[in-house]
Amino acid sequence: MTPITNIFTLIEQLESWVERQRKGSFAVYGLIFTLLVVASVLTLFLYVSFAGYPRLDREFFTGYASRVPEQAGILPAFLGTLWVLFLVAVISFPLGVAAGIHLEKYVQNDRLSRFLEVNIMNLAGIPSVVYGLLGLQFFVRSMGLGESILAASLTLSLMVLPLVIISTREALRMVPQMHIDAAYAMGASKWQTIWLQALPQALPGIVSGTLLAVSRAIGEAAPLLVIGALAFVPFAPISIFDYFTVLPVQIFFWLSKPQNSFLVNASAAILVLLSITLFLNLLAVGIRERWHKRLKS
Amino acid sequence: MKQEKLIEGLLKLSGWLSLAITLSVMGVLLYNAAAFFAMVPLWEFITGTSWIPFAERKAFGMWPLLSGTLLTAGIALSLAMPLGILIAIYLSEYASEGWRRIARPALDLLAAIPTVVYGFLALVFITPMLQWFFPSIATYNALSPGLVMAFMVLPIITSISEDAMRAVPKIHKEAALALGATRWQIVRKVVVPAAFNGISAAVILAFSRALGETMIVSIAAGQQASFTFNPAVAIQTASSYIIQMSLGDVAQSSIEYSTIFAIGLSLFFLTYLLNNLSFWFRDRFRSSKIISAA
Repeated sequence: MTPITNIFTLIEQLESWVERQRKGSFAVYGLIFTLLVVASVLTLFLYVSFAGYPRLDREFFTGYASRVPEQAGILPAFLGTLWVLFLVAVISFPLGVAAGIHLEKYVQNDRLSRFLEVNIMNLAGIPSVVYGLLGLQFFVRSMGLGESILAASLTLSLMVLPLVIISTREALRMVPQMHIDAAYAMGASKWQTIWLQALPQALPGIVSGTLLAVSRAIGEAAPLLVIGALAFVPFAPISIFDYFTVLPVQIFFWLSKPQNSFLVNASAAILVLLSITLFLNLLAVGIRERWHKRLKS
Repeated sequence: MKQEKLIEGLLKLSGWLSLAITLSVMGVLLYNAAAFFAMVPLWEFITGTSWIPFAERKAFGMWPLLSGTLLTAGIALSLAMPLGILIAIYLSEYASEGWRRIARPALDLLAAIPTVVYGFLALVFITPMLQWFFPSIATYNALSPGLVMAFMVLPIITSISEDAMRAVPKIHKEAALALGATRWQIVRKVVVPAAFNGISAAVILAFSRALGETMIVSIAAGQQASFTFNPAVAIQTASSYIIQMSLGDVAQSSIEYSTIFAIGLSLFFLTYLLNNLSFWFRDRFRSSKIISAA
């Protein structure tokens, strides 16, 4: 072996060593970045838990808004959030599913279908605060619903409607064509095929998507502030025409107070809100996973 | 049969509802903004550099609000873009399947966190931390909400970019591998260029989402409509101006009231353009996939 080839093999070895280091280092950096992000989320949860947990007693859940931070509670906001959760689900689910079925199964014209699809993606991209402006003019003023739970829920339902439509279409597409063809072969009409065959099989996917949409809706504050959520609601909302506040709005108002003890209240309310959001998300993921497994088998 | 026709009619009605919503958003914004533009010339609005809606001598130039909006979204993107693309590369090319199946839903969870929670994080966590390093930063500033917003839009960038990278045909990577390329060379010379359209779509969509984000800036960025790109001082964004006005008692027919629709219209217009640019990139990414598969 000549010295020249020796040098070449040396360089080659060196290069491959550098390459190995670089490859290894990127894998390490990538891992670190990803862990960093996951860890920061965990830190947030822990921080909020430590700051807010001591405040989570019975008085906090049964109390009303107050100027004294230690006496303030979240009853109106909590009930408001439950109202919104319920109403948004009830309004957006049937509308979104109906629209999804129509767009997926009835629109034959490709151009039209493409146009409506882009339109729905555009709807999903409109900033939430702009939906608030729509709700303010349309539901609060023109329809005369006032600053009510109903106006708030309708506004949020329009906001999350695209999500329900998109998940309905995706779920319908997952149903095996074989099953659809079998229903037709048995002499079922188009609607019978959809109602008795496609929809039941797609339902878990649609429910999962709707849960995610509802969880988005109950976390929103911006559109509700625009249509007139109140800072102080001194009573428990029992009708859909009542004035309202919700947890995110309550958190926002507490954060805008100068006293530090309101921050403790905000942390506690965030803990409640995050628990609901997390629960809805996990439920949605769980339903979707089980559904995927069943579709595969 | 008759019943079925009725059902199909109702379905059709719901299907067209989405178009009706788009038209009513545009209609409501244009109708109410018209009252504003009847009093303030469009040119003055577009070129003006001071925004004074409350004082005796009013001024309605959009640049202070636009600069605030661009500043916070720009800060968010300058952190989220490199971080998001690196994580996407890592997840699609390096991470093991098991770890990927944990990491991706965990990242997606970032998008599910309510934005008031991010606002809280910016105000009571990040801002004091920044002030500890740089004491001159104001309590309300653009930097802290911008940084927090990066985490909010991160899942948009990672999930769309990763999908684009995973869609790169395996045969291309294998060809590069056969020519002796290393893993990192494959990433840099094959995967990232091939996924460029998808990555662009992701970044633009994230930028648009950051521009329209409201609660984080309302909580932590202040309410100072000044024409500045200084990240250390209080600013106001288009979205947080709408919130500020909505909280106050403003007569319905006043010019102050119509400003929120003019600002809302501008925000709608800007995000609409960006979203469609993003869709355009995404379509290019999808059609190029079909060609390469053929």
